[in-house]
Amino acid sequence: MKKVLTGNQAVSWGVMRARAQVIAAYPITPQTTIIEELASLVSDGKLDAHFIKVESEHSALAACIGAQQAGARTFTATSAQGLALMHELIHWAALARLPIVMADVNRAMAPGWTIWTDQNDSLSQRDTGWLQFYCESNQEVTDSVLQAYRIGEQISLPVMIVLDAFFLSHTAEAVDIPEPAEADAYLPPWKSDLIVDVDNPRAFSGMTGVDVYQEFRYLQHEAMLEGIKVAATADKEFGEIFGRSYGLIEPYRCEDAEAILVTSGTITSTSRDVIDAYRDRGEAVGLLKIRMFRPFPIDLVREALRGVPNVGIIDRNICPGFGGIFAQEIKASLYDMEAQFRPNLYGFIAGLGGRDVTPKTIEGILEKTLHPEKTDHHLNWVDLKV
Amino acid sequence: MLTELRFHSRGGQGGVVAGKLLAVACFLEGKDVQTFPTFGVERRGAPVMTFVRISDHKIRLRNQVYEPDHIVILDPSLIAHFDVTQGLKEGGIILVNTEKDVAEFNFPDTFRPFAINATHIAVVNKLGSLAQPIVNTAIIGALAKITGLASLDSVVEAVKETVPIKIEANAQAAIDAYNAIPDAALI
Repeated sequence: MKKVLTGNQAVSWGVMRARAQVIAAYPITPQTTIIEELASLVSDGKLDAHFIKVESEHSALAACIGAQQAGARTFTATSAQGLALMHELIHWAALARLPIVMADVNRAMAPGWTIWTDQNDSLSQRDTGWLQFYCESNQEVTDSVLQAYRIGEQISLPVMIVLDAFFLSHTAEAVDIPEPAEADAYLPPWKSDLIVDVDNPRAFSGMTGVDVYQEFRYLQHEAMLEGIKVAATADKEFGEIFGRSYGLIEPYRCEDAEAILVTSGTITSTSRDVIDAYRDRGEAVGLLKIRMFRPFPIDLVREALRGVPNVGIIDRNICPGFGGIFAQEIKASLYDMEAQFRPNLYGFIAGLGGRDVTPKTIEGILEKTLHPEKTDHHLNWVDLKV
Repeated sequence: MLTELRFHSRGGQGGVVAGKLLAVACFLEGKDVQTFPTFGVERRGAPVMTFVRISDHKIRLRNQVYEPDHIVILDPSLIAHFDVTQGLKEGGIILVNTEKDVAEFNFPDTFRPFAINATHIAVVNKLGSLAQPIVNTAIIGALAKITGLASLDSVVEAVKETVPIKIEANAQAAIDAYNAIPDAALI
């Protein structure tokens, strides 16, 4: 069934098809319409779930942790300051190995007070042990929610689905909503032996001494790495049922490319038009979309960029005092590649605080990547007004 | 072919839903569509822009619309305060909700201006309040007639799918506005 839905509705309908059993969230623009829609779906009887109203984002995630530990499939959603308030429990959910799914609508951090998109909120949670997927369209949002439960539940880790504020969250476009029977076939109910059960008492998250904590972390890390294979399979099998798959990364028109742009989120979508226009006039340029940011699919990125002369990385985020965060990851991934195959890398910062990233902006970045004589390897601010 | 529109309205008038109505009507006719508002803080009376893209092909642009093919003005008081025709392509349609003759706005000759008294149609159909009538369904009926972007049937269907309340009255407002644009005006 195809319907014209906003990105936030696309999240909610994905959660409905995933048959989440407990939903707890606190309103914050631009996320609020996700939980409004879910509240309606629950009150209309279309989704059989407990909707828990809470007094903060911290409590929202705490409620999900408790419910998931008791055996329920859970969901929460937030943005920016709300995500930051969850931070302590974001670590907790990952280390307790609870496959909670969260949607983060990327919103820049305040102050100055802002509601518009950039990725600094979700990227601040990089080291917590959540898988992260950055989406390009509302269809990808719905599909990624279903995939998130399937992946997270196989490796007992939580998953964050990330979508751009307004450019997806409040943009309406056609979404093919999976049929319930097909969604059920793809995503069976979650079963875990390690749940709180009054008839079979256990202790969870107890004191973990110096003799085992490091191994505990090792196993978490190994599960994250396993997530790369599990996610690839989950995406492939999704494609077999629904006819749509996305890859963990997606090289677009990269054949024999002289220059490749690396993008994430909605900038990817607009960049496709730019790449097509360049290709149409015979210029060998391509695009590499990063969909999965954690775990970072290092081998796939190395393979996609191997031997490409020049690579420009567009970051809608800034690690103050260092540079773009995607650029940092890609640099680290390519460092030990044989020198003759290692691309020249150029980092670009664009679109912070929701500034529009137009085809013209992207063309400027592509030109600086194709002709990098005056381009800084590390960091180039785009459309800067100071 | 890609068609891009920009709507100018004030918060509470239904400009965002107007964009959605047009998008859904075109979607029902097999087009790919995309619509989104300018991303301000929602508050009543604040100027809002809404963008619509309609295409035979998959739409991938996700930036704002800067050079619209057509513009729609739900509140004519915005004309004095904003350069509403900024970036409008030559030959572009300007549809204004007004009881006045559209010539009074002195739009440049390079554009094709039209007037529809959507406020009156909304009041007759008891949509919104007298102080703040909801004009979006009427304006989309007129826009469909003028641009031919969607049929009246598709607009009525879009109203049924998209508008949460007073479905019959909203559909009637679209029909009334569609019929209020004389065929002769389109030549």
